[in-house]
Amino acid sequence: MTLDELTPGTGGVMKDLTAEGALGQRLMDLGFYPGATIKIVRNAPLVDPIELELDGYHVSIRHDEARHVEVE
Amino acid sequence: MSSQTLLVALAGQPNCGKSTVFNMLTGARQHVANYPGVTVEKKVGHFRTDSRRVELVDLPGTYSLSSYSLEERVARDFILHDRPDVIVDVMDASNLKRNLYLALQLLEMEATVVLDLNMMDVAERRGISVDHAGLSKHLGVPVVPTVGKAGVGGKDLKRILDEEAEKPNKASYKIDYGTMEPFIQKMQDQVVSAMQLPETYPHRWVALKLLENDAEVLRLATEDPKSSETLTRDIEQLRKDFQEETGTPAERHIAFARHRSCAAICRDYMKLPEQKRASLSDRADKFVCNRFFGPLLLIAILFVLYEVSIVFGGWLAVKVWPVWGAVEAFAAKVLPQAGFLEDPLLRGLGVWVVKSTTAILNYLPIFFLLFALIAILEDSGYMPRMAFILDRLFRRFGLHGQSTLPLILGGVYVGGCAIPGVMATKAIPDERARLATILIVPMMNCLAKVPLYLILIGAYFPEHGGLAMFFIATVTLFMALPVAKTLSLTVLGKRESAPFIMEMPPYHLPTVTGVLRRAFERIWLFLKKIVTVVVAVAVVIFVLINFPGLSEKREASYQAQQEAVVGKFMKVVDKTSYKGELLPADVPEIVLFADRLKNAKRGLTDKSAAAAVNKSFEQANPIYYAVVKRKGADGKKLNKAFKKVVKTRKKLRREMRAERFESSFLGVLGRALEPVTKYAGFNWRINIALLSAFAAKENSAATLGSIYGIDGSGSVQESMKAGETGFTALHALALMLFMALYPPCVPTSIMVRMQSGSNKWMLFSILYQTLLGLGVAVLVFSGGKMLGLSGLQAMWGFYGLCVAATVIMALIPDRSAQKADIGKTCKQNC
Repeated sequence: MTLDELTPGTGGVMKDLTAEGALGQRLMDLGFYPGATIKIVRNAPLVDPIELELDGYHVSIRHDEARHVEVE
Repeated sequence: MSSQTLLVALAGQPNCGKSTVFNMLTGARQHVANYPGVTVEKKVGHFRTDSRRVELVDLPGTYSLSSYSLEERVARDFILHDRPDVIVDVMDASNLKRNLYLALQLLEMEATVVLDLNMMDVAERRGISVDHAGLSKHLGVPVVPTVGKAGVGGKDLKRILDEEAEKPNKASYKIDYGTMEPFIQKMQDQVVSAMQLPETYPHRWVALKLLENDAEVLRLATEDPKSSETLTRDIEQLRKDFQEETGTPAERHIAFARHRSCAAICRDYMKLPEQKRASLSDRADKFVCNRFFGPLLLIAILFVLYEVSIVFGGWLAVKVWPVWGAVEAFAAKVLPQAGFLEDPLLRGLGVWVVKSTTAILNYLPIFFLLFALIAILEDSGYMPRMAFILDRLFRRFGLHGQSTLPLILGGVYVGGCAIPGVMATKAIPDERARLATILIVPMMNCLAKVPLYLILIGAYFPEHGGLAMFFIATVTLFMALPVAKTLSLTVLGKRESAPFIMEMPPYHLPTVTGVLRRAFERIWLFLKKIVTVVVAVAVVIFVLINFPGLSEKREASYQAQQEAVVGKFMKVVDKTSYKGELLPADVPEIVLFADRLKNAKRGLTDKSAAAAVNKSFEQANPIYYAVVKRKGADGKKLNKAFKKVVKTRKKLRREMRAERFESSFLGVLGRALEPVTKYAGFNWRINIALLSAFAAKENSAATLGSIYGIDGSGSVQESMKAGETGFTALHALALMLFMALYPPCVPTSIMVRMQSGSNKWMLFSILYQTLLGLGVAVLVFSGGKMLGLSGLQAMWGFYGLCVAATVIMALIPDRSAQKADIGKTCKQNC
């Protein structure tokens, strides 16, 4: 499943990345790689974006960006 | 021992405490500038080790060294082109894995690297321990633990720098890219060896970057038209071959391999605590980012920010004003003396330039408070939270969650200033949203637009003053949002739009010195950039509003009026004992004498001090003094006549100023524009007032004042109403809306140029706002007239139109979002 389908409180291990170009590079630079542990912390007050914990630090990301991260 | 200066670059990811390390090493010996040609700030500092002078350059904080963001390009180019002797990479010890990602990339650039394991205290508190000796051995570079905030480890760092200067390590650490290694080799043999590379470019690194499809390095490879085609083909082929063989795009394989190396290093040299407990930041975020408390807290913070900077700052500005007033008085004293009717050119110009400058300096307390508060928000880590809470709202208009602060500062309600607003856009990480924000901040209601609003509302909406004020205060946002969306869909469509993904760093308690240092830095930068230009522009405006000047005939007419009033005074003199002692030539002198006396006593509350001043003036010229201070029977008689002289002089000078103004270059332009602006309801007088506002918006009210001739009796609104028969509320509404959309004033334009990094955007922002303002004014005035609407009806009709435009624009999807959709469907189809 993809990262945007997870709900706050749940989590998983990253499996793959489907984004190209700047978005893909930015995701990888901020520490998204297969094997990273991801936990959804909360939604923003207006639902989008989401805050998640990635290997111990906090990152915020929009839903349509999170779609490009596959987790299991 | 070498006497040469050692060039050291300070690299590091955002939030690693890099600036604390910078301050620890350099102390106060630092200055801020920009990297050449870009808007990225460059901090440079100096310090001494035991044996050397060191120049320390702060590189922008970046997560990586790709060429996707401006900061990363700047950092990379500095490393490649300026060849620093040593790069100190600051790493957050409590977040080692991600920080290693940048460190490994620096090592791959084969530079002399020193790793600074910073924030050791935070790591310790969280129960994280790092084997720095082991890490150093594994990577082959020195590793120095520090606590930058507390100044711990600075000596060690300096010692290591000395050692590295003597015997630089050549980092030889290589990441194992596994199945990609043969491709890297091939890329080096086939492509890199055929490129004309500067010798500072390491070949393996170039090969990796080519496999990554890095735009900048690719450009290097295709620079030579002779080999460009073959090389491009070879690069493409290798990338394709790799993807076919492994099923993963090359750039993804590279990044993943780097991350795996980081993870492996952390497994070997870092120990995490058994049980992780929720940090203070996590617990705080439960409230700060909460669905209900979050927005409330945000509003509270913005309210406090506004109250402290604009309201309290405004009060402080009033208190500080005597300082600038004294500067003006001093200038008036040292410049050549005033004449009776006309002042010498040097005096007129000097006083004008000084006043233009003090008008800006007047805002200094507000700016200082703002800069300090922004520094607090930045250092505390609240900025990303603000973006997190508001992103969804602003994204619909092509803006960013962090556009909030610039808009508030610009004056979302009433009373802000566009200069710090535009300055604050620096924090927005998305280039397109940043430019869109820069372009709409001047549309907010800055403090200087308010006087004109007040005059117009007072004169033409007296019964609905509150409503009209609410209208103009809020309609600007509903005009700005659709404009922002339109701009980002059209002219800004091709600009880079960065993904939103951002780190939400743990909260930090800002330090007083850190905040003050930043506030002073920015004030200084502001003064340097703005004041010089304001002076230059003031000179130009002075010429435009004073030349070509009055015709000889008009001059003669004023001269005659002067002689007439002096003659009347002399008739009274003849009836007193001063007959023969006071001559017509003395009259202007007495006027100046009275002015000097008034100035000398200004601000004196102590009676004895005032008496002393009086005494010295009396000694200097007892006759003049008698006239001015009504001394003796003759003095009383003469004083009455003298007051008439002063009043006439004032009147004549004002009339001359207005006349000079109307016949000036600017006045001619105002008249020339009338055929166009009449559709917006502006006659040439209004045009002149609006043109004069370009230097600073306060001018519009002042100019109207001098055109309609106010002299203490009656306010501008009354004299305007009397002077403009046939002017209706519809005229006033069109004028108010034009003022709201008025192009940025000169200092703001300079700030726009600084923050957008180009003259083109500055000119664009001036031009589009002028046209937009004129368009809106014409729509409201001509449209309202055609439909036979009253001012109030037109006002609310227009309000509805703006709100509707905002809603419609919010619903138009962004093109970049569509692109992402296409990507997905493609993936599903494949």
